[in-house]
Amino acid sequence: MAVTFSLPTVLARLADGLTTIEGTGATLGEVVAEIAGRFPRLAPRLRDATGGPYPFVTYYLNDEDIRFRDGFATPVGEGDEITVVAAIAGG
Amino acid sequence: MSVTLDLPHVTPRTTTTGPRPLSLACKLCGAPHPAAASATCEECLGPLEPVYDPHRSLPDAATIAARPPSLWRYREWLPFEDPPAVSLDSGFTPLLDSPALARRLGVARVWIKNDAVSHPSLSFKDRVVASALNAAIGLGCDTVGCASTGNLANAVAAQAARAGLPAWIFIPHDLEAGKVVGTAVYSPKLVRVRGTYDDVNRLCSQAADRFGWGLVNINLRGYYGEGSKTMAFEIAEQLGWRLPSAVVVPMAGGSLLTKLDKGFGEFIEAGLVAGEAPRLYGAQAAGCSPIVNLVERGGDVVEPVIPATVARSLAIGNPADGRFAAEAIRRTGGWAAAVSDEDLIGGIRLLAEATGVFAETAGGTTVAAALALAADGRFRPDDEVVLCITGHGLKTVEALQGALPDVPLIAPRIRELEALHGRDL
Repeated sequence: MAVTFSLPTVLARLADGLTTIEGTGATLGEVVAEIAGRFPRLAPRLRDATGGPYPFVTYYLNDEDIRFRDGFATPVGEGDEITVVAAIAGG
Repeated sequence: MSVTLDLPHVTPRTTTTGPRPLSLACKLCGAPHPAAASATCEECLGPLEPVYDPHRSLPDAATIAARPPSLWRYREWLPFEDPPAVSLDSGFTPLLDSPALARRLGVARVWIKNDAVSHPSLSFKDRVVASALNAAIGLGCDTVGCASTGNLANAVAAQAARAGLPAWIFIPHDLEAGKVVGTAVYSPKLVRVRGTYDDVNRLCSQAADRFGWGLVNINLRGYYGEGSKTMAFEIAEQLGWRLPSAVVVPMAGGSLLTKLDKGFGEFIEAGLVAGEAPRLYGAQAAGCSPIVNLVERGGDVVEPVIPATVARSLAIGNPADGRFAAEAIRRTGGWAAAVSDEDLIGGIRLLAEATGVFAETAGGTTVAAALALAADGRFRPDDEVVLCITGHGLKTVEALQGALPDVPLIAPRIRELEALHGRDL
């Protein structure tokens, strides 16, 4: 599946300045692994040592926080949008 | 005949220079970062915090007490090299003794830290916005803004208007009317977003990246949060330069509790107060209690929830500082409690009847949680407990609909009043 992967500026610097990357995979974890393989400097910022997301980073699949789905095991579909967002203070 | 009022044309003062903000460092990995409108560590994506010179000159109690009554009397503990340029008047809200609530909780003293009367927007968010707007100006941001559950929207709109700064403010679509009106009146660019606060946050984090704005709780978060410490400083000063034994704090993102913890610690370290830091107790509504869940469950990973509570100002399902708040609660020997919407409405009424303070739903949550914690044996008979009341009740009157007695209506005749007299209204 081809999906769109959006990065915040702080991470885009590690991906040749790209804030939007086209990725492929059947699950969100596979997409992250595929993109990590193409951008080695970005790789350790997308996943922790155990292969999971960092606690201060939230992944959204389209409009949904993946923690309400199956995390990195969540299936992705053609044209889906994945957004990476750093944690934010209260309001 | 019509009369046209000839109102003077008021041009907001536009401040173009501000204090130099301190440099930053990651709270998790310690990596240094220059002063910037950035809140995320490039090394580990952890949150950034200002770095204070440990050798800076600090004032003594008498020097602080002689300064004007605003949060800037504690300026050596706020994240700037220079005096503030805007928002000079916020802070120094009352600390009220409440013997009636002390009896209800079975403790020696109860104090109400009343940020419901904070200047200018009637919530503790005036503190954090005062700090954030000075950072925005000092960093050269030409536009400010925020993602908000309401109180922050009010504070940013009011203080940006006075500073002459354009403001973009984003709120969930279903906020209370008082909070929408209390923002729109200052004529910011106010946008309602379909979704929860967490959805608004996501949009705003992308907007900060895209447009380069200074969004106070997003890319200015490191400077913003420091303003909350002044509530701890004021409590210590208003108690006569000493500390309470327990503090009950409402939790949304968890930042206020962590900053109170930091503030009490900084005053102890400075030798301005003696003794142990207070035990910190967190309060949430049961319909959105991810931090209470974490305290009860243990561990350090927040499991987000989808909020369902009338306490909109606490309805953050994905609390950024939840992990740190839970850690501070455990380290200080405190605990946390979640209360039902019915109980938090009861908390609003109890606070009003016992102290004359009208709090919004977050304040009702704090009072109801304090009652629950007392019933659970979490307080000691000799405790001095501070309840942090963070916003005014006129902002959330919808929550009280149906909860108050009907108001009788009579004709202006003494007979009708006599008929009412003696009746239990």
